Amino acid sequence: MASAAQRRIKSISYAKYGYIFILPFFLVYFFFQFWPLINTFILSFQDNAGEKFIGWDNYKTILFAAGGRTGKAVSKNFFLSFKNTVILWVGNFIPQIALSLSLAVWFTEANLKIPGKGFFKIVMYLPNIITAASVAVLFLQLCGEAENTPGAINLLLSKLGVVSQDAVSGKYDTVKFITGMWQSRFVVMFIQTWMWFGNTMIMLMSGIQGINPSLFEAASIDGATAGQVFRKITLPLLSPIMAYTLVTSMIGGLQMFDIPYLYHKDPNKISDNLKTVATYIYKYFHDQTAPKMGFAGAASVILFIVTLVLGCIEFYITRDKDEIAKKKQRKKIAKQNKLESKQFGGFSI
Amino acid sequence: MSKTTFNEPKADYTAKLKIKSTVLTVWFIILTIICLLPIYILVVNATRDSTSIANGISFLPGSNLGKNIDKLFKDVNYNTVYNVWIGYKNSLLITGFSTVFTVFFSAMTAYGIHVYDFKLKEISYTVILLVMMVPMQVTSAGFVAFMLKLHLTDTYWPLIIPSIAAPAVVYFMRSYMKSSFPLDIVEAARIDGCSEFRTFVSIAIPMMKPAIAVQAIFAFIASWNNFYTPNMILISSKFKQKTLPMMVSAIQASDKFTDYGAIYLAIALSILPIVIVYVALSRFIIAGVALGGVKE
Repeated sequence: MASAAQRRIKSISYAKYGYIFILPFFLVYFFFQFWPLINTFILSFQDNAGEKFIGWDNYKTILFAAGGRTGKAVSKNFFLSFKNTVILWVGNFIPQIALSLSLAVWFTEANLKIPGKGFFKIVMYLPNIITAASVAVLFLQLCGEAENTPGAINLLLSKLGVVSQDAVSGKYDTVKFITGMWQSRFVVMFIQTWMWFGNTMIMLMSGIQGINPSLFEAASIDGATAGQVFRKITLPLLSPIMAYTLVTSMIGGLQMFDIPYLYHKDPNKISDNLKTVATYIYKYFHDQTAPKMGFAGAASVILFIVTLVLGCIEFYITRDKDEIAKKKQRKKIAKQNKLESKQFGGFSI
Repeated sequence: MSKTTFNEPKADYTAKLKIKSTVLTVWFIILTIICLLPIYILVVNATRDSTSIANGISFLPGSNLGKNIDKLFKDVNYNTVYNVWIGYKNSLLITGFSTVFTVFFSAMTAYGIHVYDFKLKEISYTVILLVMMVPMQVTSAGFVAFMLKLHLTDTYWPLIIPSIAAPAVVYFMRSYMKSSFPLDIVEAARIDGCSEFRTFVSIAIPMMKPAIAVQAIFAFIASWNNFYTPNMILISSKFKQKTLPMMVSAIQASDKFTDYGAIYLAIALSILPIVIVYVALSRFIIAGVALGGVKE
């Protein structure tokens, strides 16, 4: 049926166009991401000025506090940053997933009559698109803790009677939302949850909507309660997306930068309670007078390995189980066919 | 008799649903207030004067907006730290180019992988999937060192060019093409004598408009909000080169910025464009996030 022109076109190889179309991506990727990654590895084995190779010394300094007093400080700071990152991530992930999951379930429940679902969704996603740097500076203002001129939240608390005001001097006994260790961490966790729960909610909602509706129908006919439906249908079928959310959030948590970097009182010094791995690395390579590229590189490589492990876990969890099972099945059938054909003397039925 | 026993639980069930719906609506309203309150206070305080902001909280706008604007734009202590026009201009320049580059080259890469058969096809796609997860923070030390060597720090090139390689966007576009770009069209175009590149520009791109629009919105928001990369590349932080988030962060570091009204106004102006974009396109954005969620 094919015309002459069609046949001619089939015989031409278009492979070279494939390479041309993907070339810009790979060129840019190589120069601006792949080579910097390799360069980071190289830097991690050099001294801080990037002049000579010193082997594993940077890793030894960071992980085992080798190299005297400075080494101790570097290592102490790294573990503090790592601890802070984990604390801040856990503290924002747990409320975030609880909130998002419950909201996603309620939003998708068909028999509940809630007006303005679309509006709620739009409002709840809004914090996610606002510039994180602006959010950090905004909360810094709102959480102001000066005794004479407290921020909006302390003023609100004083109106509610939680924060007291000295009758003579007019000074407030403010909650230390910026300098206090757990108070400041709480604010950062709150900001992270505030910014991300809408995003997670929408992801989980689309996951729930992907579940076969006849399952819910069957459950409701059999008289299952909402709690039973959630535990026996929604949760098990949602687990791959939950795992994906968990790992993406972990990798995102390891990169937490803008808010901890800007949320502190002293303009030039990041608060010790909020230092994260990302701010730790940044501080070393961005230091204008004496950048410590070696330490920055080694810390980056450690971060890379942690991310890689998390990524592999995610890949393992979200791999297509059905596809693998199908492949096995197909192999089995093929084997059986072979056997049978042998049994019947080469004739296949 | 059977009628009553049948009806009673049904009425009970409806009543329960009604109560649940009401409770949930109240809960959603509370969450809405929590989401909007910080932004509302920001807007209100931008219109009040510094002393009244320090003395008490108010939910009604004040009358000091004009004075705050004057201070922010005309006072030397303020407009040498934060200049919203320079910030808008720089942010828009970087964001505009990055967005166009991201969607165009991602569509092109996805098209190349989807349409043509070549030896490295599967490998290159696997590579793209693998590198999707590498965080920016991991490569940034090497990136800055490399840019210093090339003398590209303090220029916009390292902020714009890398946007050509956006693995996640390529992944999204490829998935979209798989479901809604039949290869017969390419063949038909070839028979009509259309060149390969022109097929891509004048047939594939218009067909991929929905995917491109969604990704363009996200690329725009991500680039506009980016504080990390510009702050890292524009090392000497020259005032004329600063992006908007950098200017906002400068407020925090400056000891001359003492007028609370002006500070709130500066923050409000920095989020204004993105909020306008969001209000106009929120439907697409929500739909786009949902699409991202079903990719497993």
